[in-house]
Amino acid sequence: MIQKNSKAKEMHQVELMIGQILRIGVIVSAVVIVLGILLMVIQGNGGYPNGVQPEGFVAIAKGVVALKPYAVIMLGLFLLILTPTLRVVVSIYAFAVEKDRLYVWITTVVLIILVIASIIGYFEH
Amino acid sequence: MTNVIYSLLLMLGVGLLAGVFGAILGIGGGMIITPVLTLGLGLDIKYAIGASIIAVIATSSGSTIAYLKDEMLNLRVAMFLEIATTVGAVIGAILTGLVHPTFLYFLFGALLVFTTYNMIRKLMMKNEDAQNVEADRLATKLNLNGTYYDKALKKQVDYQVQNVPGGFTMMFGAGLASGLLGIGSGAFKVLAMDTIMHMPLKPSSATSNLMMGVTAAASAMVYFFNGSIKAGIAAPLAIGILMGALIGTRIMQHLKPRLIRMIFVPVMLYLGIQMIMKGFGVTI
Repeated sequence: MIQKNSKAKEMHQVELMIGQILRIGVIVSAVVIVLGILLMVIQGNGGYPNGVQPEGFVAIAKGVVALKPYAVIMLGLFLLILTPTLRVVVSIYAFAVEKDRLYVWITTVVLIILVIASIIGYFEH
Repeated sequence: MTNVIYSLLLMLGVGLLAGVFGAILGIGGGMIITPVLTLGLGLDIKYAIGASIIAVIATSSGSTIAYLKDEMLNLRVAMFLEIATTVGAVIGAILTGLVHPTFLYFLFGALLVFTTYNMIRKLMMKNEDAQNVEADRLATKLNLNGTYYDKALKKQVDYQVQNVPGGFTMMFGAGLASGLLGIGSGAFKVLAMDTIMHMPLKPSSATSNLMMGVTAAASAMVYFFNGSIKAGIAAPLAIGILMGALIGTRIMQHLKPRLIRMIFVPVMLYLGIQMIMKGFGVTI
């Protein structure tokens, strides 16, 4: 009974930690997006002619360095897309702490599907 | 200059409202955002889908933090069913580039009407959250049964889960619709858990919110790299949605499910009919 309680307490700790990690992830992506929006308000446009926007990592990275609003926004949006993926990764850790091997596997399968999705997305374009 | 600010504020406002309603109803903002962007603002449906998939992730990420603290979320149910939704989402996102926009409008409208029908049907039933369900063997084996604290009832509620294969199949369909239309498919996900698997509404909604983010992330990767996500539209929407979701989550915990649904029915039906009409080229 005591063991069960301490395990429940440990899980509670892990869940709170997951909550904190996610909150940081969401806040960081939100801050980057807001920064991009502010740049857009200040500069009066997206930083690219005729509504074109940067595509691919290289173009976005170059744009971020040059503080182009659309590039900064795209970086923030990409970070936002990564948050649920981060959620899956920390859940694998949570199940490992709980010594629930079945769910470590199930959650790993979900992560693998997400990685495959990114690869398909990257090469479909 | 003023145009830029006006457009940003408009998107922020749309996002804020979609966030509040999305969190309260356990759906992503996508069901609200795509009709508003296409019907109201005349945006190309492909870009609306791209913006809305971002909105779905923002809603989910914003509100799962609060749900996790309240322990209404069932992480095992979420992760097990994610296998079905993510596979469906990837297939759907690939298909979106191949089908005609008319088909997307029609499908979106039909989905809204169906969801409305489902809500009305549930309103007719009494004692909707009363649980009288025996766990099936698969649910027990997968350790899917759970417990949560209900603030409105002021007590701890234990629940069992049934018909896991039925729920899993439904979730594949939900994932497909999500990838195809850029929605969170929250209505389908709640339907799979609450109607097919007999989970109570509040943990179903909370779990659905988490699942929407992960499902949307799968198809968002495709949209991000193929240029369907427009920075100037998606960004202010995402910020509005994040703020709205935080507000909506607070309100949600103190409402009863019946009231939540009654608010939702007429709005959904109206938007659904509008989308179908738009698919046929008619504007009222």
